[in-house]
Amino acid sequence: MRFSAELEARFEKLLASYPPDRRRSALVPMLLYAQDEAGSVTPELVGEVARRLELQPAEVASVASYYSMLRQARPGKHHIQICTNVSCQLAGGAELFEHACRRLGIGHREATPDGRFSLEEVECLGACCWAPAVMVNYEYHHGVTPERFDRLIEALRQAD
Amino acid sequence: MLYNEPSPLEVRILTRRFGLPDSASLDTYLATEGFAGFRKALAMKPEEILEQVKISNLRGRGGAGFPTGLKWGFVPRDSGKPRYIVVNADEGEPGTCKDRLLMENDPHQLIEGMLIAGLVVGARTGYIYVRGEYRYVIEVLERAIEECRQRGYLGRNILGRGFDFEAYTHTGAGSYECGEESALLESLEGKRGVPRIRPPFPAVAGLYRCPTVLNNVESYSSIPAILREGGAAFAALGTPRDGGTRLFCISGHVNRPGVYELPVGFNLLRMIHEVAGGVRGGKKLKAVIPGGSSCPVLRADECDLAMDYDSVAKAGSMLGSGGVIVIGEDACMVRVASRIMRFYAHESCGWCIPCREGTAWLRKLLARFHAGGATRSDLELIGDVARNMLGRTFCPLGDAAAMPTISLVEKFRDEFEAHLDGRECPFKSTVSEAAA
Repeated sequence: MRFSAELEARFEKLLASYPPDRRRSALVPMLLYAQDEAGSVTPELVGEVARRLELQPAEVASVASYYSMLRQARPGKHHIQICTNVSCQLAGGAELFEHACRRLGIGHREATPDGRFSLEEVECLGACCWAPAVMVNYEYHHGVTPERFDRLIEALRQAD
Repeated sequence: MLYNEPSPLEVRILTRRFGLPDSASLDTYLATEGFAGFRKALAMKPEEILEQVKISNLRGRGGAGFPTGLKWGFVPRDSGKPRYIVVNADEGEPGTCKDRLLMENDPHQLIEGMLIAGLVVGARTGYIYVRGEYRYVIEVLERAIEECRQRGYLGRNILGRGFDFEAYTHTGAGSYECGEESALLESLEGKRGVPRIRPPFPAVAGLYRCPTVLNNVESYSSIPAILREGGAAFAALGTPRDGGTRLFCISGHVNRPGVYELPVGFNLLRMIHEVAGGVRGGKKLKAVIPGGSSCPVLRADECDLAMDYDSVAKAGSMLGSGGVIVIGEDACMVRVASRIMRFYAHESCGWCIPCREGTAWLRKLLARFHAGGATRSDLELIGDVARNMLGRTFCPLGDAAAMPTISLVEKFRDEFEAHLDGRECPFKSTVSEAAA
């Protein structure tokens, strides 16, 4: 499996961060950084990471399955995550999520047929004081009302 | 970046550089007494540094409130094994969003805290375990680490004083449980984030079974000021058994939600009314969850309270991670309870049965309750399941789920009863008010 030069450099830096006999420590970061490039944790990716860290693929798959950000299905180009946890709930997060479902015509962990948007109801994003919080890929959006959400979707569409 | 206006009532020790131009740059840091604490520490013996941390009365800012100096004192220097500094930046407790700001606005302050901890225990390596969603924060930290390396504040022979120290970031990938110290260490070793049995505690057998100092971002970020100004000056800011300032994250139904740095022991009602501008829409205060979603709820009449670990414990709750969730009169407490339990059921790692099964059953019971499908006996059943989790789980996640639930049912029993017999949620017409 081939990765970009950037990702290879990232891996090299990661592996140098841990004691030589503790390379396994790089496992979760490697999977997440590789997923950013590959879109999801594919069986091929599991095999490649296992080979590089000298682990069994089953062991890597077991670890990968534990973490909620590591996913087996490729999300949309713009992966929209909406927090509905308690601080966001008090600020209308659940209603915002319902609005987003209607607006995009998809539900939790679904993607639009054109692959442009996917939606996920997520747990606390660490933006409780600026609720409701939305994250698009790795970008934060604070205080998102349904109107602001619609404008955000429009802006993303136009940027494509 | 700042996301809310500061309050004039703040006492800005840890946040003093917030809002300065290029506050995350080493030049700004050095121009504002950056590394002054570390320079002082370099001239001190480890025991002398530790003494200042003890005098400061700093208690861990992650939630448990264990005295930091005492914790560092448990780390053996003579085990023959390497020692490690680990930063818990897995901020995940609902209601908490302060470590993100500390790292984003002043990453060097955190690095300086790690260096000073490194001097105390003789560690040469530190890891900052950052939750996966905080990718941009990792980028800020990596730039800061690189700057420090280039200018001799990290790496070999730091400042020509013969001290070596390297700092690294390590990303998580989505798991609340990894904020629990032993699960964090498992994750840092490349495994599933399930907790370890303790003792031994991380101070003795932590990362790679080596002696490890493990603290929250805010705890480490407090250390430079403690060394710079002296432990006694820091202690004097807070209460006699709980020193310094804290970053309180005030969220929910207030006019000016935000992260504010206030002296430990600041009154909770003043925090809500004077710092955060009072309850939104002129509504009445109903309840406060004072330290993140795992803390028992306080009724409005219990909120005239000093916000330090001991006072909040005496009031039957916990100061936790400083996540103050303010709930106004229009909110449905059954809905709040149901959402909180959904979170814990989602995040339970499944390692031990009382937590895995208990959170799942409570999630179902509470969701059914809010939907109007509960029977009167469910009220007792919820309490029964929750009490059977308390103290019977491998790590504190089970307690974190059970405690707020027990308090919500006890203190807002009338609201639970109002949902019985298939009745519609009495707050239904007001829940969307905020979103409208």
